[in-house]
Amino acid sequence: MSGMRIKDAGLIDPSKPIKFTFDGKAYSGFKGDTVASALLATGIRVFARSFKYHRPRSVWGAWSDDPNAIVDIALDGISYPNCQATTTALAEGMEVRSINAWPSAERDVKGVLDLAHRFLPAGFYYKMFMWPDWHLFEPMIRKMAGLGTLEKEVSDQFQSAILHEHCDTLIVGGGPAGLTAARVAAEAGKSVTLVDDHAELGGSLFSMAHARGLNASDWVAEQTAAIQSAGGHILTDTTAIGVYDHRMISLVTDRGLGTAPILRKMRADHVIIATGAIDRPVTFVNNDRPGIMSVDAGTEYLARYGVRVGEKIAFLTNRPDVSTNLEQLAAAGASIDIVEAATPHIQAIGTKSITGLVVGGKSISCDTVLASAGQTPLVHLWRHAGGKLAWDEDRQTFIPSAGPDWMRVIGAAAGTFDFDVAVQEATAVALKAPAPPRSIYKVTPLRPDLANKGRQWIDFQHDVTLKDVALAHRENMVSVEHLKRYTTLGMAGDQGKTSNIAGLSAMAELKGQSIPEVGTTTFRPPFVPVPLEAFRGTKRDRQMAPLKRLALEPEHRALDAAMGEYGGWLRPAWYGGDDEKTAVVRECKIAREAAAIMDSSALGAIEVIGPDARDFVNFVYYNTMSNLKPGRIRYGFMLSESGLVFDDGVMACVDDTRFIISCSSSHADAVMAHLEHWRQDSFDPKRVHIHDTTVNWSTVTIAGPKASDIVAELGVLENLRDFPHMSLRFGDFEGEEARVARVSFTGDTSFEISVRNDFAATLWRKTLEIGKKHGAGPVGAEALTVLRAEKGYILVGKDTDGETMPHDLGFGAPRLKKSAAFVGDRSLHSEKANSEARKQLVGLIVKDGEPMLPIGAHIVRNKDGKRRSLGYVTTSHYSPTLGRPIALALVEGGEHAMGEPVDLWHLGQARSAKIAASCAFDPEGARIDA
Amino acid sequence: MTRHYSALSLLREGLKGHTGWAPLWRSPAPKDTYDVVIVGGGGHGLATAYYLAKNHGVTNVAVIEKGWLGGGNTGRNTTVIRSNYFYPESTALYDLSVRLYEGLSRDINYNVMFSQRGMMVLAHSDAEMELAARTVNAMQLGGADAELLDGKEVQKKAPVLNFRDDARYPIHGAIFQGRGGTGRHDAVAWGYARAADRLGVDIIQNCEVTGFLIEGGVCKGVETSQGLIRSGSVGVATAGHSSVLAEMGGYKLPLHSYALQAFVTEAIKPFMDTVAFSPMTGSYFSQSDKGGLVIGGGLDRVPSYGQRGNTPTQETVLAGIIDMAPALAKVKLLRHWAGIVDVSPDSSPLIGPSGTEGIYINCGWGTGGFKAIPAGGYLFAHLLANGAHHDISRPFDPGRFNTGHLIDEAAGSGIAH
Amino acid sequence: MQQFPCPFCGLRDEREFHFAGEAGKTRPDTTKEISDADWTTYLYYCTNAKGPSREIWVHTTCQEYFVMTRDTVSMEVLSTEALNEDAA
Repeated sequence: MSGMRIKDAGLIDPSKPIKFTFDGKAYSGFKGDTVASALLATGIRVFARSFKYHRPRSVWGAWSDDPNAIVDIALDGISYPNCQATTTALAEGMEVRSINAWPSAERDVKGVLDLAHRFLPAGFYYKMFMWPDWHLFEPMIRKMAGLGTLEKEVSDQFQSAILHEHCDTLIVGGGPAGLTAARVAAEAGKSVTLVDDHAELGGSLFSMAHARGLNASDWVAEQTAAIQSAGGHILTDTTAIGVYDHRMISLVTDRGLGTAPILRKMRADHVIIATGAIDRPVTFVNNDRPGIMSVDAGTEYLARYGVRVGEKIAFLTNRPDVSTNLEQLAAAGASIDIVEAATPHIQAIGTKSITGLVVGGKSISCDTVLASAGQTPLVHLWRHAGGKLAWDEDRQTFIPSAGPDWMRVIGAAAGTFDFDVAVQEATAVALKAPAPPRSIYKVTPLRPDLANKGRQWIDFQHDVTLKDVALAHRENMVSVEHLKRYTTLGMAGDQGKTSNIAGLSAMAELKGQSIPEVGTTTFRPPFVPVPLEAFRGTKRDRQMAPLKRLALEPEHRALDAAMGEYGGWLRPAWYGGDDEKTAVVRECKIAREAAAIMDSSALGAIEVIGPDARDFVNFVYYNTMSNLKPGRIRYGFMLSESGLVFDDGVMACVDDTRFIISCSSSHADAVMAHLEHWRQDSFDPKRVHIHDTTVNWSTVTIAGPKASDIVAELGVLENLRDFPHMSLRFGDFEGEEARVARVSFTGDTSFEISVRNDFAATLWRKTLEIGKKHGAGPVGAEALTVLRAEKGYILVGKDTDGETMPHDLGFGAPRLKKSAAFVGDRSLHSEKANSEARKQLVGLIVKDGEPMLPIGAHIVRNKDGKRRSLGYVTTSHYSPTLGRPIALALVEGGEHAMGEPVDLWHLGQARSAKIAASCAFDPEGARIDA
Repeated sequence: MTRHYSALSLLREGLKGHTGWAPLWRSPAPKDTYDVVIVGGGGHGLATAYYLAKNHGVTNVAVIEKGWLGGGNTGRNTTVIRSNYFYPESTALYDLSVRLYEGLSRDINYNVMFSQRGMMVLAHSDAEMELAARTVNAMQLGGADAELLDGKEVQKKAPVLNFRDDARYPIHGAIFQGRGGTGRHDAVAWGYARAADRLGVDIIQNCEVTGFLIEGGVCKGVETSQGLIRSGSVGVATAGHSSVLAEMGGYKLPLHSYALQAFVTEAIKPFMDTVAFSPMTGSYFSQSDKGGLVIGGGLDRVPSYGQRGNTPTQETVLAGIIDMAPALAKVKLLRHWAGIVDVSPDSSPLIGPSGTEGIYINCGWGTGGFKAIPAGGYLFAHLLANGAHHDISRPFDPGRFNTGHLIDEAAGSGIAH
Repeated sequence: MQQFPCPFCGLRDEREFHFAGEAGKTRPDTTKEISDADWTTYLYYCTNAKGPSREIWVHTTCQEYFVMTRDTVSMEVLSTEALNEDAA
C-alpha cells in the first residue's frame, strides 16, 4: 500500500470534505489539500504519463518543484490544461484528468512506446524524417507531443488585475528565515511586504519544527502577529516570478483554479530572498518510478496535508540533516530503511509503483523511496537580478556570491540550511548588517554512476536520461546550452528545477570536469508557469486601444448613424439606418445638389503661437508659409526628415504670431509630437508655443452649392462678403466665439464652423434645421471619402505610401523653389527622389459599363512573359455624381502617361484601365467658390 | 563512426546503443591564417561558412563565436519562416531563403524541421483587407505564393482565433502564405555548423573578437581572446552587436539595438496548425512541434543590449495574444527571454562592404533574421568570395542610405516586421 | 518596467517616454550645399553604444524633450538634464 491519511496530522481541515473526480472516478479530500495530496491520500500513485515514453508518473515533489504530476482540471464546466497537482488547491467538483494518457494514466496504451526507447534517443528527429519531407511526418510527431488539452471555453469572468505596489523591504518566502527577516525589518520601522507562495506561512518549518520542540503553527502565528502589528504587509498564495529592470519584482497572487491571478508589480528599495531550497533527484536506474519522491516531499505531505506517502520507506540520500524527516515518518507509523546513496549500481524495482530497490546487488523491499542528492537553493530571483553564483564544494551546490547591493539572499536559498543560523542571518540581513558565518554542512558528492546498466532519468517530465546526456557529450554538444537544447533537459514545466544540476553533474562526470567548469544555464522568468491572462490587466476589449469619441456622438446616434472606427475615432459612417450603398449614394447626392452637413471635429486643430511662430511653420511645412497673410489659409504638406509625406492639411494664419494647423484626424498626436520635436530641437521654445486644441473644439462643416445660404442664415458671421475660399474669420454663435474657415474637402463651397464643445450640439441641430429647408442633410465619413475621391483629394496613408514625396502628388514647386530650410528638404534631392521611376498619383478610368477597380489591384507591365508591378490602386469608388467608377492610383511614371492604357492584376484576374488626371469632377474648380 | 543521418543509420545505431555517432563538429584551435574569417557563429555566420565552402570552394574559413554557436538571436527567435513581403527586392531575398529552407534538411543532412504549415497575417477591417489585397498581389507578382483568405477561411484554418462578435479586432480575413511556417531554430545553426565543419571550416567557440588588425587602412585579420588570426577578408555577422564591432573596425552603421522578446508556454496537444499574426496588436503565435505556443510581438521600447525583456512589452504582446485567441488566457507562460536585434532605418538588412576595406557586413535584419539565414549566408558567401554583390543582395547594400533607395516594408505594406 | 526621471516631472514609468535619438546630432544648414554622405550621416548613422549612452528622450505627458544618459546594458540611468539649460 502506498499513501494514506494520518489522523490529526497536517494543516488540513478534516471537518470540510471536498468531492472531486480523477479519471472519472469519485474521490474526496479536505479543505487545505492540494490535488496531489488528496490523490496520494487515496492511495493513487499514477497521476500522469511522461512526455516521450509514456512512463507512469506520480509526484516527485510536494510543491512547485514537482515536474511529474501534471493534470487537466475542469471546474464549473471550464477546463484548465496542465495544472500542477502539487500546487493546485483542491476545490469542490473538480474533474481531474490525467494527461498524455489514454484511456487513463493507470492503463495508457501508448505505454508501449517505452519499449522503442532505444530508437528514440535525444534529438532522434534531427537525424531522420528528411526524405521525402518533414511535413509528412510532422503531424504524427505533433500528436505524440504536447501534454494537456486546450478547450476553447473561457469564462468572461476570468480576469486578472495588474497592481503597482511599493515597499521599503520585500521579503520573498515566509519560512523561518523570511518570517524572521520580515519581523525584524518591520519592527525596525521599515514598510515591509512578505510574500509566500503557499496558503500557509511557515515554509520548511512544518517539516523541521517537530524535532526542534517547536509547535510550527504557534511559531508562525507569533511571527505573523508581530509583523502585522509592526505594520508589515503579508501576501500568501503569492509567488515572486521574476525580477526586472529598475528593481521591479513581479508577484503573482493565485486565487484558486478558475479565477485569474493578480499580477503585482512591486518596486522595493531592498529585497530579501528567502525562497528556500529543494531536493535534487538521485540518478540511478529507473529513478523515475512512482513512489520515488524527494526527502522533503515525504515530510511535507505529512506535515502539511497529513498524508503519509508510504508504509515501507527507504531513505536514499547524502544529506546529513534528515533525522527530523525520519523521525516524523517513523512517528506516523512508517518503517524506515536507510540506504547509502553513494553505493554503485542502484536500481528501482516496480513499474506503476515502486516495490523495492536493488542496491549493490542486495534487494530492499519498500513501497516508497525518499531520495535527495543534496539541496539546491532556489536562486532564480537572484539570477534574474544579475546576481552571481559560486560553487560550494561542501554543499555540492551553487550558492549566491556577488550581486546587486539592494538584494540579499538568506536561509536555505543562500545555502544556510541550519535553522538557528538561518534565523541569525535573517536578523542581521534585515538590519543590513553582515551575515554570520554559516555552520558547517558537508554532503558526500553524488555523481551519476555511468557504469550502471539501465536507464537513469535526468529530466522526469521530458524523459531525458543519462544516455541522452552521454550522446550529447559524444556528439560534442557539451556547452550547457547545447546540452539543454539538444536533449530538452530542463525545458519542461519545472524549467529544470529538478533536472539542471543532475544534468550538469552528468556532463561533468562525462567530461571529467567539475560541475562549475561545465557551467550553468540562464535562469529566465517566470519562476512558475503563469496563465497568460495574468499579464493582460486592463488591455482587454475596448480598453485595449480605446477609441476617441466625438462630443456630437449622441446627435449622430439620434440620426440612426452607423458608427465606424476611422483613425482611432468613432465617427458616423452614414446616416438613416439604410444599408451602406443606398446611404452613400443618397448622401453624395445631397452633398452635390444641396449641402453636406458633417461633423469634422476629429480633424486635428493645433495652434502655433509666439513671435517665432511664422518661422516655425515655414520650417515644418514643405510649402512656403512665410508669406501667408492674416485671415488666409493654405494647403500644405509636412514631411519627415527623410522627405516622405508625413501629413497634409490646411493651415490658417490668424495673425503674425498665431497659426492654426489642421491635420488628419488619425494623425493629430503624431503631428503634435513631430512639431514639438522640431520646436525644441531647432527653435527657442520661449518664442514659439504649440497647443493641441483638437479635443476642445467641435467643427460642423457645411459643404455644397447651398452652403453659403445655410451659413448666412445661421448668422455666425454678420455677412459672407469678401470671404473667399481659403480664408478664415471669427464670428460668434450664441454669444461665444465661432471660427469659420472656408476650406473644402469635397470640391464644393464649404464652411467649417468651430465652436466650443458645449455649444456643438446646438450648432449641429440648428445647422440641420436650416439645412433641411435647403435640401441639405447629414453626411457621414463613407460618402465624404467618395466626394473627396471625385476631386482627387488624397488621404495620407491611403493614397500615399512609404515612398511618396510631395512632387509625386503634383506639388513639385517648393522642392525646386523654396529657399528657406524646411524639414525633409535635403532628402528631396537624393538619387531616388530625382529618379524617373517614381510612383505618382493619378486617376484611373475604366471602360463604360465595367465594374469598379478593386483597391489593392496592381498596375502591371508585361515583359518577357513576366509581370512587373508599376503601382497600385489606392482608392476606388462608384461615383454617383459622375455615374461611373473612379479610382486613384500610385503609378510609376504616371504623370507622364496621361490617357495611356494600363493593365491591372488582382488576385489572378486581369483588368484594364486608362490613366487620367486624379481630379475627376469639376477639374476647373468652378464649384469651390460658387 | 556514423556520420550520415538517416532512419537506417538511426536504427543501426539504436541496436548498438548509439555509441558510434560522430561529433557534430570538431572543436579546433584557431590557425594563424584563414582565407576568410567570419565573426559571429550564429545562423548567418555558419550558413555563410557553409556556402563559402560548398558554392565557392573556399574552405580555409574560420567562424569565430564569442559564446556557444547559435546562442544569439538564432537560438532566441520565434522560428517563423516566410516571404510575405511587399517590395520585389524583399520578396526576391526572402523567397530565396524560403526556397533554400525547402531543400535544406536534405542538403545538409540534418532535419531542421521546416514545417510549411502556412503563415497568416490577419486583417481586422475593410481597409486592412484592401491593404492585404495589395500585398497579396505584390507577393504573387514578385513570385512568392500568397492567397487572400476571407474570415470563414481563416476560421477553418485556425478555429482557436477570436470570432466573437464583440472582438476588439474582428477578423475580416488574412494574407496567407502556405509555404511559410516554422523551423527548428537550433537545428538550423547545428545543421549548418555540422555541414560546414565537414567541408573543413573551423568553428571556434568561446573566442571573442577584441579588435581588428588594420594595416594601411585595410583589415588583415582579427584580434581575439585566443590570439591574433590573420585573414584575407573578414565577414561580420553579429546581429545586435554589429555596432560594437563597427566601433572596433572603424566604420559606422545606421543601426539601433533593441531587445526583442519571445515567450513560450507549456506544451498543449496540437490545436493550432498555422502561424497567425495580428498587425493591430503586433502579436503573433504558432504552436511548436513539442506543443508549446511560441509567441512574439514588437520591440521593447527602450534601446538595449541587455538580453532580457521588460514588462510593458510583455503585457502588450500577451494581451494581444488573448485578444487574438481568447482561450489562450488559460494557457500558462513557461519562459520568456529576449534577443538583441539591430534595427536599420528601413528595417531591411545591410549586406555589403563596411566602409573599412577588407571588412564586410551582414546585419540590420532587425526582427526577421532567422527566416533569412539561408539567403543571408548564401548571398554573404557570394560577396565574400567574389568581392561583388549577387543581384539579390545588391539592393541591400548600405549605399542605399546615400541614394535614398530605402526598402521600407513597414511603410509600404502595413506588414510589421 | 523601468522608471526614468523627467527633469520636469520627476520619476515616471517608462511607458510615458519615447526614445528620440542619440544626443549630439546637429541639423546641417540645408540652405547650403550638403553632400549625400553628410546628410545620410546626420539622418541615419549613429553610435549605438553598448554601455553609457547619451540620448534624447521625450516625456510624452509633458511633451518636453531632454537628455538622458543611461547604460544600455545594465539599464541604469546615469543622469537626465533639460535640453535647454534655462528651460528647467
